[in-house]
Amino acid sequence: MDASPHCTSCGRPASACAGCARTLDPPRYCATCGTRLAVRVSPGGWVGRCKHHGEVARA
Amino acid sequence: MSDTLQPVSITFRPGPAATSRPPLAPDAARRAIRAAETALLDERRQLTAAELAELAQVPDSAVPSLAALAHEVRLAWCGPEVEVEGILSAKTGGCPEDCHFCSQSAAFDTPVKATPFLDTDEVLAAARETAALGASEFCIVLAVRGPDERTMGRILELVPIVRDETGLNVAVSAGILTDDQARRLADGGVHRYNHNLETAASYFPRVVTTHAYEERLETCQHVRRHGMELCCGALLGMGESVDQRLELIEELRSVEPAEVPLNFLNPRPGTPLGDAPVVGALEAIRWIALFRLGLPSVILRYAGGREITLRELQVMGMTSGINALIVGNYLTTLGRTPDEDLQMLDDLRMPIGVLGKVI
Repeated sequence: MDASPHCTSCGRPASACAGCARTLDPPRYCATCGTRLAVRVSPGGWVGRCKHHGEVARA
Repeated sequence: MSDTLQPVSITFRPGPAATSRPPLAPDAARRAIRAAETALLDERRQLTAAELAELAQVPDSAVPSLAALAHEVRLAWCGPEVEVEGILSAKTGGCPEDCHFCSQSAAFDTPVKATPFLDTDEVLAAARETAALGASEFCIVLAVRGPDERTMGRILELVPIVRDETGLNVAVSAGILTDDQARRLADGGVHRYNHNLETAASYFPRVVTTHAYEERLETCQHVRRHGMELCCGALLGMGESVDQRLELIEELRSVEPAEVPLNFLNPRPGTPLGDAPVVGALEAIRWIALFRLGLPSVILRYAGGREITLRELQVMGMTSGINALIVGNYLTTLGRTPDEDLQMLDDLRMPIGVLGKVI
C-alpha cells in the first residue's frame, strides 16, 4: 500500500491523481501534506524541502 | 500562485517544423551535401544563407548523410575534444519575465517554487560536484530580468571563490546586462556569459512579451565588447518554422558566440507551451547538423530537452556536430546520469577538453 497521501508531482491527493510523475522531474510537492517544495537541483543531485516537514526528499 | 496544481495533459505528437518548400529529391540532396562539403572542408568558408536553406530541405533519408558531414566539419573546425559543463540554478523562480517556455516565470502557475539566492557553501558544493565529473566549466544561473546591485555583489563575490576552490572556468547567466555590468563581470573573472536568443527575431514576440529581442542583442554585444566569451543559445520546438530556425542561425552568426547551447523544448506544466509537442528525434538530429554546418567554429552544446527529444539517438547527436554537453541535471529538471554521458564519450573515443572559439 502506498503510504503517501499526496502525489509529489501535482500535489493532489494520491487517490485523485492517476499518476502524472515524469521520470526527469524531481518531486515538487510534499508527499505528506501536498505543499509545494523548495527544490534545489544541482548537477549531481537534488534536495526537496517542505515548509512544514523540512527536508523530505533527496537524491 | 497556488501550492497545488492540476496536472497538464501533454500530447506527444512529434512532427517536423512547418516549411513552405518541398523536400529536395534524393539526387538534389546529395548534390547539396557535396557542395556544402566542398565549401566547409576544402574551401574552408562558411555556407551562405541560401546554401544552408537548401540543406534544410533534404529528405529524412538524407539526414544521416547531413549528420556525417556535420561531424566531419566539427572535427575539422573544432578538433576532437568535447567540453563538459555543469549548471546550477542559484536563484530559482520568481522571474518577472514571461518567457513562455519557462517554469521559473512568476507569470505562470507552475510547480516550481521560488527560492532565494543560494548561500556560498551550496554553490561551492555544486561546483565541486561538477569538477568531480571532469567538467571544465560551471555556470551560475539566476532567474532574473537582470542583476540588481545586490545580485551583482553576490556574483562578484562567488566567481573568484568558485574558480579558486575548484579550478573551473566560471560562467554566469543573469539576464539582461548594462554595458557597465558587463565590464564589471569581465573584470571580476567571469569567463563566459550566457544570454540566449532562444528563437528568431520574427518569432520572439510570440514567446516573450516583457522584453525585446533588441535588448538581448545589446547584452550579447556588451558581453563581447568587454572580453567575456559569449554563450548564446537556441531553444527549438516552440512552434517556429523552418525559415525561422534558419533566421535564428543567421542571427547567431551576427552576434559571434563562442558557444551555442542547443535546447529542445521540454514542455513545462503550467506554462503557455506546456502542451506543445516534443521535437522528433530525427528532426532534432537534422537541426543539430544544420546548426553545426551554419556555425562551424562554435562550441555546440547539448543542453536541455535532449533526453526526451532524442532518447536513444543521443549518441547520434554526438556524431552530428555536437562538441560539448551539460552533464548531470539542469536548472529545475533532471538529466540522465553523468556516468551515462561519460560512458558515451568514452565509447565514442571523444576526449574531454577545454574549448575556445577557433576562428
